Amino acid sequence: MTEYSYIGTEAPRPEGADKLGGKARYINDISRPGMLYGKIKFSDHAHALIKGIDTAEARALPGVRAVITAEDVPEVRYGFLADNVALKTGKVRQYRDEVAAVAAISPQIAQEAVDLIRVEYEPLPGVFSPQEAMADDAPLIHEKDGRGNSLTTNLVPLRCVHHSGDLEAARSASAHITEGEFTVPRIQQACLGTAGCIAEFDLKGNLTITAKTQIPFLAQRDFTRTLETLGLKGRNVRVIVPALGGAFGSGLDTHGYEYISILLAWRTGKPVKILYSRAEEFSYLSPRQSAHFLIRQGCDRDGKLTFREIEVTQDNGAYGSWGATYPNVMLVAATSLYRVPAISFNSTIVYTNNTYCQAMRGYGNPEVTWAIESSIDDLAAKAGIDPYEMRRINSNEPGDLTPMGLDLKTCGLKGCLDATADRLDWSATRGKHPERPRGVGMAGLINVGGGGKIYRSDGSGIILKLDDYGNVNVSYGGVEMGQGLHSALTLMVAESLGVKPESVIINQTDTATSPWDVGTHASRGAFMAGNAAIGAAKKLRERIFTAAEKVYPEVVDQNLARLGESWPDEFDFRSVTRDQFDLKDGWLSVPDAPDRPWLRVELGRLLRAIHFSEEAGLGTIFTEESFYEPPTELPDWEKGYGNMSANYAFGVQGVEVEVDEDTGEVTILRLVAVTDVGRVLSLQALKGQMYGGVAQGVGYALYEEIKTESGRILNPGFTDYKMPSAADLDFPMELEFIETNDPTGPFGAKGAGELGMVPTAPAVANAIYDAVGVRIHDLPITPEKVLKALQSRKVLS
Amino acid sequence: MTIEVSFELNGFGVEVDVEAHLRLLDLLRDVLGETGTKEACGEGECGACTVLVDGRAVNSCLFPVGEVGGAAVTTIEGLTALNGQASSIQKAFLDHGGTQCGFCAPGMIMTTAALLAENPHPTVSEIRQSLTGNLCRCTGYYQIVEAIQAAARVGQVAGS
Repeated sequence: MTEYSYIGTEAPRPEGADKLGGKARYINDISRPGMLYGKIKFSDHAHALIKGIDTAEARALPGVRAVITAEDVPEVRYGFLADNVALKTGKVRQYRDEVAAVAAISPQIAQEAVDLIRVEYEPLPGVFSPQEAMADDAPLIHEKDGRGNSLTTNLVPLRCVHHSGDLEAARSASAHITEGEFTVPRIQQACLGTAGCIAEFDLKGNLTITAKTQIPFLAQRDFTRTLETLGLKGRNVRVIVPALGGAFGSGLDTHGYEYISILLAWRTGKPVKILYSRAEEFSYLSPRQSAHFLIRQGCDRDGKLTFREIEVTQDNGAYGSWGATYPNVMLVAATSLYRVPAISFNSTIVYTNNTYCQAMRGYGNPEVTWAIESSIDDLAAKAGIDPYEMRRINSNEPGDLTPMGLDLKTCGLKGCLDATADRLDWSATRGKHPERPRGVGMAGLINVGGGGKIYRSDGSGIILKLDDYGNVNVSYGGVEMGQGLHSALTLMVAESLGVKPESVIINQTDTATSPWDVGTHASRGAFMAGNAAIGAAKKLRERIFTAAEKVYPEVVDQNLARLGESWPDEFDFRSVTRDQFDLKDGWLSVPDAPDRPWLRVELGRLLRAIHFSEEAGLGTIFTEESFYEPPTELPDWEKGYGNMSANYAFGVQGVEVEVDEDTGEVTILRLVAVTDVGRVLSLQALKGQMYGGVAQGVGYALYEEIKTESGRILNPGFTDYKMPSAADLDFPMELEFIETNDPTGPFGAKGAGELGMVPTAPAVANAIYDAVGVRIHDLPITPEKVLKALQSRKVLS
Repeated sequence: MTIEVSFELNGFGVEVDVEAHLRLLDLLRDVLGETGTKEACGEGECGACTVLVDGRAVNSCLFPVGEVGGAAVTTIEGLTALNGQASSIQKAFLDHGGTQCGFCAPGMIMTTAALLAENPHPTVSEIRQSLTGNLCRCTGYYQIVEAIQAAARVGQVAGS
């Protein structure tokens, strides 16, 4: 493989020092002159008619600048299905529903005013599970859809199905068949930095919003529609992205609080900041979707998979977000994790009176992989085949075109399986039952690695601008939210342009200066940014070399004069042409020439020479742009077919656990994560993504669950919502990266942001099965569930 | 009701009249404008607001301003020397990938400073135990532990 100067190195993250010094500016740290504080009055019911809202006392409170309800402002409609409005009128459908809002001179006064708002409700019966919501006599949550058409059921009008192969024939030809039901809970993204924004208008009606978002340009589109609603058609929206205290999918939609902050700013003429508290973040920001899976898989006598059937039912909550499209992403693993000749995938998404759900890392993939990879081990047990061997004989291979039409140009799955088994000492530990109940398990993954096309463009633009000192400013529309996009992008710009990483400065993401980008999701940031950067760097190098041709003789003459050297006449530096130059580490050189110090020119000096040279182009502006649109297809969701990503990442995680049979407690003893990432870009950032992703996978496997009662969230804080602490992860984690060097990737790389979280839970469950012989079907795997399964095993035996 | 509070912040004397109900966190962030210390839960559960009071790591979101009088308070700004030179702990976090989104980082670093002052050569388990009050959602703590081990090897706690 090609050797690089910076790609694959352990360089520290460029914005790291500011974060570690307390200098990074999050939304929490930003204020504007004259700024007011907004607070929202949320619903007191999961489903109720609004009979009246009394805001008189709130309005009279000193320090209050505005109180708004749906009656005071135009209707601002939003959401993936346009089924949500900023302030509710008529009825509420969830506890998250915004009924009124206040802007005041301090957060305390704003909260006091919110508490003074009296809302009269007439409670309606609610539905809190898909089963309840699909019952014949279920109350309707939405009487009309976003376009005003009447609805007759609580089904979300989104279809995502796939059928391939001859399912009936495959089923009857199977030697072994397994069937199981599996569930996953709602969990929270739980970013350490809570949600917030500051909206402000200038006197011409242009809006600037500083927002904790992953989608600055789709947000700009959404907020532009809001301005039209407010009678400000043609006015500009500028979205500025501050340092993000984590996102994990929570910034993939525009939110009610953002629209309310815009309405309050419009109403008061002042900047208005809304910042969620931790309790608000848990209760009024949307969690990951819960889902129920019915899965059947079969294999022949040799363990070759014959068919796979999946029925998924998703509890969407009260409104649609992008999260309602999880099944689109589930299709990737459902159709293409291992070679399966016959597949049926059906999805049902249901409105309920629970808080509506949204995106989180992996976006449907950890969910469906939980069902598939648990079921694979069940099938292996039925067939009497080692589960590692079963995965191996069904492994995808490079060059496969999967039933969904995914083009696997490269595929390191088999290598990941082998390395995981090797590192876990699989043959010596699997199925062995020492005195203590210990076991090993593994689970595999496939994930989009070259974007994931679920919008009409999956592209990204970039602008590179050189200054007179050899530094390059990079404007990119994607978002650094902690994942290390800027780490990878810095190295890719340095490598492709030929400058040192410390000469690369990445500008703050701002719709006023950054080129369009669809958003930072689907593990796409580094992949897109890198390909765009390579395109722009290539153009910039050509322009630098063209201009250098004119000034090079003069600069070398100056070098010789400075060094007091006379020219030894060994190389004709006066007739060097553009194609003879190279630029590397910030120095222009001529590789064919003898290695002499006077023949090398520092980039900044070269650029200054060009700047003032009439011949080379006085005042030349070295700015280049590039837009990368990956070679992918927007799938036909009715058929579940289309090559939605430019490449696909693979991985396997292996776990060794010990189970306490008296308490049901599961202890992870060690964990191995082997991943096909195409090529390592920033080693430090990649390791961080894997460690952190697996940690979230461990939380998903063992601890995390949003608990609700009739739509109300019961554990809105870190006291009662358990996520892994440092002590919970006190086991060795081994990472290995397999480099398959994908032809579509920048430097061969595939996206890697989501991979860590995908297969952890089934790997843990499969290890528990190996240790004590019980199969857990419902996440999280709490001691109570393990104990219950152990007890019923005893009753059976 | 306001009270007068006099204490030392990062080596400099501070005298200020503040509302008595404020928390040390509010005094630092809202009154003194030192926003390096973060608030992520306000309930003492996550440790993002950790500062040192007389060398002891405390959650500034639970610390009443009335109790800070006469104390020496060190915040993340105090660990970063005037010339912007990072402390050995911050340097180790940078080199070992000990931060991602960065929101927990100031609190993590202050907890680490207190840990290494008390126990200059902690084991991995001791490090993980000492961090249980500091939640991080990004890193899984692995590179943070590596960073703290590296800082311990350097053997220099900031300020010593």
